[in-house]
Amino acid sequence: MAASISGTEADTALIAAHKPTGRVSDPIFVGLLWASGIFVLVLLGLIIAMLFEGGLPALREFGISFLWSTTWNPVTERFGAGVMVFGTVASAVIAVIVALPLSFGIAFFLTEIAPGPFRRPIGVAIQLLAAVPSIIYGMWGFFIVVPLIAAYVQPPLIEWLGPIPLLGALFQGPPLGAGMLTAGLILALMILPFITAMFVEVLESVPPMLKESAYGVGATSYEVYRNVSVPYGRTAMVGAVMLGLGRALGETMAVTFVIGNATRMSASLFAPGATIASTIANEFPEASIGSLKLQSLLQLGFILFVISFIVLALSRLLVRSKLKG
Amino acid sequence: MNFAPDTSIDIASAVNRATAPSAEPKLKVEKLNFYYGDNHALKNINFTIPEKRVTAMIGPSGCGKSTLLRVFNRMYQLYPGQRAEGKIHFDGGDLLSKNLDSTVIRSRIGMVFQKPTPFPMSIYDNIAFGVKLHESLSKSQMDERVEWCLRKAAIWEETKDRLHTSALGMSGGQQQRLCIARTIAVRPEVILLDEPTSALDPISTSKIEDLIDELKQEFTIVIVTHNMQQAARCADITSFFYLGELIEVGPSNEIFTNPREARTRDYITGRFG
Repeated sequence: MAASISGTEADTALIAAHKPTGRVSDPIFVGLLWASGIFVLVLLGLIIAMLFEGGLPALREFGISFLWSTTWNPVTERFGAGVMVFGTVASAVIAVIVALPLSFGIAFFLTEIAPGPFRRPIGVAIQLLAAVPSIIYGMWGFFIVVPLIAAYVQPPLIEWLGPIPLLGALFQGPPLGAGMLTAGLILALMILPFITAMFVEVLESVPPMLKESAYGVGATSYEVYRNVSVPYGRTAMVGAVMLGLGRALGETMAVTFVIGNATRMSASLFAPGATIASTIANEFPEASIGSLKLQSLLQLGFILFVISFIVLALSRLLVRSKLKG
Repeated sequence: MNFAPDTSIDIASAVNRATAPSAEPKLKVEKLNFYYGDNHALKNINFTIPEKRVTAMIGPSGCGKSTLLRVFNRMYQLYPGQRAEGKIHFDGGDLLSKNLDSTVIRSRIGMVFQKPTPFPMSIYDNIAFGVKLHESLSKSQMDERVEWCLRKAAIWEETKDRLHTSALGMSGGQQQRLCIARTIAVRPEVILLDEPTSALDPISTSKIEDLIDELKQEFTIVIVTHNMQQAARCADITSFFYLGELIEVGPSNEIFTNPREARTRDYITGRFG
């Protein structure tokens, strides 16, 4: 009897001896976790608030038409986001249009066609492309791609496609090299590895038996790809493209190098233009504190944020609906 | 397990199956060897599959029966490192010859898999997909073809009102019968069934077995199964594979009641496998 009591006491003592450390350390640990979680929210909120608040005077000055006004005149201090919003969206869309078929091709080649020994080097090369810093793409684009495009791509395109009505409007102007098309091409190269990697993942998740069933009714590899693999992963692929689009929208350095930085609106793909990110990068150093220009740049930043947010939200939505289905 | 057939049925099936050997050979396997890289998976197989009969391949896991099935429609060629040596006579030619187009072979020798594999499209398109690859049919011809093969697969009544809805919304048993319909739609001569009921409930299984009985009027059927009662119920000919070798082949009732080989007897009485 006595032994059992002392046993219980010993247990109590043991629990008592251990509990205090748990009582103190665990809440601290949990508190830290809470703090790191909330930190993200606070950070995001602060960024949005800072951008919005900083850009608010510009919005007050120019009204809601700031969003589409194509004036950007630092001398008279008249500012509008139209040219940059257009440039941002246009260059990103060109990038996706160029990168998409390439990504499809590379992803299909890697998952279905490439013999074993080829897969790894190409896969690694794609990952390395993704790891190249954007400033390198910018310099390479400026010194290599821009002259090449000015010399070999633009003159024939202007000559052949320029005279066609409507379509020709896209191919007007002097062959400068730098411009919307070049920016789109460089961006395409930058988002290509990203989209390809996600496509490969989607294609690899197609059940082999499903593909074999399609081969089993006599389909060729293209027919299997086109009718089974791609429809199977369609939503996830759209999500991947949207994520790529999101990256292209916000890319700064490479674009700044090759887009020509002209704050004029032009329908031609060859005309120099500007994106929100490139404009901010170019003009921020010249904007004095409290000036209307700085406020306009901050407002531009806010618009870019909203555009990226919409694209990201859309892509998440699509990817998630795929995972649920 | 103990296989004790009902005598009255046995006489009927014995009469029925007695005709089996007289059927024309559809596929004739000659000195077939198959390798997964260095792994010798099928060893010197000689085997004849009679036309418009059901031939079952049984044996423990890894014995090579599914491998042989995948050689018949050259599915193994999708995977580098897998190779087959030997000959398979089919319609006067050699199935393994490089001159024959795999897509043509696969349209003449169709396959149904262990699990239902409907394509991510409508019921109608699941069937039209394979047909469109080989024939150009008008809309009404295609409608007829779809109805024909859905009827053949005994699933028309369940699907006729929702042909244009996604095939992914059907039950597992329905999906498997759709897959059979899809295979029939291309009008193959041989249908390969790779454990077609292993993922299905007993009711769906018995529907598929009835279907197999129907289909052998028109098609040559080869079925791989782990279920020996299924082989006994459906197949005219049963072959027993063990460790990559064909141990014994013969009319099903002989294999299951009076096997010649001790290994066959041990397997069908459940001593291993």
